[in-house]
Amino acid sequence: MTNDDLFSINPFSLGSDEKARILASKLRELTEFHRGHCAAYKDVTDALGWDPDAVKSQSDIPFIPVRMFKNHELLSVPRSEIFKTMTSSGTTGQRVSKIFVDRQTGMEQQKALIRIMSDFVGKKRLPMLIIDSPEVVRNRSMFSARGAAILGLRMLATEAAYALTPEMELDLEAVDGFLSRHGDGPFLCFGFTFMVWHHLYESLRDKGMKLDLSRAHLITGGGWKKLVSLNISGKAFRDAIHSSCGISSFIDHYGMVEQTGCIYAQCPCGHLHASVFSDVIMRRPQDFSECAIGEEGIIEVVSVLPHSYPGHALLTEDQGVLLGEDDCPCGRKGKYFKVTGRLKSAELRGCSDTYAAGF
Amino acid sequence: MPEAFRHESRKKSMTNKEKYINCFTQALEVPAEGVEKLEYQGVESWDSVGHMSLVAALEDAFGIQMDTDDIVDLSSFEKGIAIMKKYGVEI
Repeated sequence: MTNDDLFSINPFSLGSDEKARILASKLRELTEFHRGHCAAYKDVTDALGWDPDAVKSQSDIPFIPVRMFKNHELLSVPRSEIFKTMTSSGTTGQRVSKIFVDRQTGMEQQKALIRIMSDFVGKKRLPMLIIDSPEVVRNRSMFSARGAAILGLRMLATEAAYALTPEMELDLEAVDGFLSRHGDGPFLCFGFTFMVWHHLYESLRDKGMKLDLSRAHLITGGGWKKLVSLNISGKAFRDAIHSSCGISSFIDHYGMVEQTGCIYAQCPCGHLHASVFSDVIMRRPQDFSECAIGEEGIIEVVSVLPHSYPGHALLTEDQGVLLGEDDCPCGRKGKYFKVTGRLKSAELRGCSDTYAAGF
Repeated sequence: MPEAFRHESRKKSMTNKEKYINCFTQALEVPAEGVEKLEYQGVESWDSVGHMSLVAALEDAFGIQMDTDDIVDLSSFEKGIAIMKKYGVEI
């Protein structure tokens, strides 16, 4: 099965056995490819012990810590083929990851993002209200992870309006304009968790106002740590947004710049879902063995898309719990899980968390 | 999109091919010469921002609304011709 075949099937249609077989074969190929084209990656996988014949499933692929992209420039294609370098959104003083993306990888990442998201919001494009400032995407050659996420999702939309001014104030004129055109039909609303909380919800609360965004699907992402530190749970967030904007369709997601496109979106049951393009494996911190369902571990992510850089099997600095596989009541196949937090020594680095660090 | 272009692209006298080429030259700010060889990310202006301008131009010129799958599949000038066909637009 080629990547193109994966793009032609429903992104949540593979059962565990079939998915393991396909991922094992694709990830084995990718490991060989990156070993042949990235010397540093070859050294690491030599040290970890690489035996292609021992690969029976995705969990047998050697994984490297996500932090390696901070300390090393890892790529597997000539530099001349790189058309964009994505950087993680590290706060001041933190080193940022550098991810080198070529045309093929970039296109596939974009496709995967759209395939996954449209399974949640439908194939039909809808107008989109973006809870951010247009300044974030102003400089086309230098996108932050935040700008890249906005532009990636922009393809789902017929028309996009920005709800915040360049000074990050709620732009009521722009919002009213958008709502008068599209407020009575289904539309999309996208923002990073903290932006939505601080610049939409709190701003409305301080003004003593409410908005009718009841027809919106609210897509959020980019880190919960700041809200958790303010003692705001996912449920409290949804309740607050519902009371001030009437929103009842919430789609949060988990993802990272090192595997752009392969996002894990949250279904109405509150579960994050792995698509056919990627998978999660929870590992025990003591020996990196695989956790059982229900057992908290460090999240490893694998993806079949990274071709220009060796990022197809990465140990993240997040913790999570696998909740089940192939049997979520929402009907999607594949693993579903929840993220429980970040490793203690890990840095603050979600898109909205790094922004929120300034507050 | 500039008003002048909107007007121009709707002139009855233009062929679909001319309209199609116009969408690329205007949205991506490239000369008509070599337009047939254009690929997504092949020129600096055809990035994700340029891509959405191109989609808006095509939708406006031909009065269509593209599906998300077709938007991500629109990876070259050539590929776009096949996609337009799905919407009943022969280039």
